[in-house]
Amino acid sequence: MKAAPFDYVRAADVNEVCKLLAEAGQDERKVIAGGQTLVPLMAMRMARPDMLIDINDVVELAGIHDHGDHIAIGGCTRQRVIERSDLIVERLPLISKAIRNVGHSQTRNRGTIGGSIVHGDPSAELALAALVLDARIILKSIRGEEELSLDGFFEAAMVTNIQPDQLLTEIRIPVWAGKKVGTGFHETASRQGDFAIVAAAAQLELGTDDVIVRAAITVGGVAPSPVRLRSVEKLLTGRSPEAIDQALFQLDDEIDPDTDVHATADYRRRVARALVSRAVEDALDEAQE
Amino acid sequence: MKELQITLSVNGEYKQAHVSTRMTLVDCLRDVLRLTGTHVGCEHGVCGACSILLDGEPVRSCLMFAVQAEGHQITTVEGLATKDGELSDLQDSFWECHAMQCGYCTPGMLIAGHALLEDNPEPDDEEVREAISGNLCRCTGYQQIIEAVKLTAKRRSGTAA
Repeated sequence: MKAAPFDYVRAADVNEVCKLLAEAGQDERKVIAGGQTLVPLMAMRMARPDMLIDINDVVELAGIHDHGDHIAIGGCTRQRVIERSDLIVERLPLISKAIRNVGHSQTRNRGTIGGSIVHGDPSAELALAALVLDARIILKSIRGEEELSLDGFFEAAMVTNIQPDQLLTEIRIPVWAGKKVGTGFHETASRQGDFAIVAAAAQLELGTDDVIVRAAITVGGVAPSPVRLRSVEKLLTGRSPEAIDQALFQLDDEIDPDTDVHATADYRRRVARALVSRAVEDALDEAQE
Repeated sequence: MKELQITLSVNGEYKQAHVSTRMTLVDCLRDVLRLTGTHVGCEHGVCGACSILLDGEPVRSCLMFAVQAEGHQITTVEGLATKDGELSDLQDSFWECHAMQCGYCTPGMLIAGHALLEDNPEPDDEEVREAISGNLCRCTGYQQIIEAVKLTAKRRSGTAA
């Protein structure tokens, strides 16, 4: 359980990181931030980079900024900082709920939001919550800057669409401006903080007469990457909350869980239904308050 | 550069170490600096035995390379006790509550408990459980560890004998 040898560089700024990534040639160069996913992968020799580029000293990559219609979070912002941010509690309550389930305090103190997203772990809570909120990510390289939607970014388990020469610099998460917005997040894991077997996140907005005017629901752990439940969302939009039970019948068609050492496909399917239902109900209750 | 000379601040003292870049912080603490109080268990961030304080916050020292710790303040379990070898009040409560059997998880539990009490001087059962949720213990069933953390909190607030 020891990593293979590698060269180590502490980068000073984003340009240096992009330059080092661009000059990799045949080598594999990896960016290290919190290391909470990468270091175990290296210890197990599932990753063997030739060079680690440490971005922990790049101050421009950490921070949370309110831009009105969205919150911008730097890629190297620690999960603990997000957890303790009043701005996040107030403006992105779903992120706030999700982050308490991300690992343990010891891992949140090091782990970053960018790391959670670029690694594409199928059960990562932050990826799930960011996907519900239609977050966009900024990827930089010497070729320029690219803004991508998270929808489609997660290709398969531990595989995302980031290119080897790109650095995730920022996550932009839209804020829902409505007055009656509610959120819900539920997961099941063998111990609190362990990898989720199944997780569900929902955010709803109610209009006058409590009709659902906007719904966003995502479930994780039931496919190689988080699944946005578009058909359920569509069935709920424009309806009263009583439509939930009926809409949830659509869930089965949208997920395709696998059996693994942690749970069977059938179990995941049943838990997904229960957790999505709880997340939606919490969101409704909160929106009606 | 696959080997580097680094300077680490550990328990208030600056220490020099010549390490390979792939050496984890826990291996450096134990094998180079000979601070063997911090234990190494799973080596991939699951068991919590290697927990230390990095700038006052608990982290797993098997999930950091030693070269990354330059410029940070490290506190190991050795740093929780006073210089003359007296136990800290939390260590004393662990002893009194029988919060250990084999002792393997103990340094990590002490770090997690210490960090919790710094952050939250009067935690309830649920908060203690959450704080130690990243630390595995295969002997005690956790109950006495929770009691020890709570006893320390009570003694600090003057509500226990």
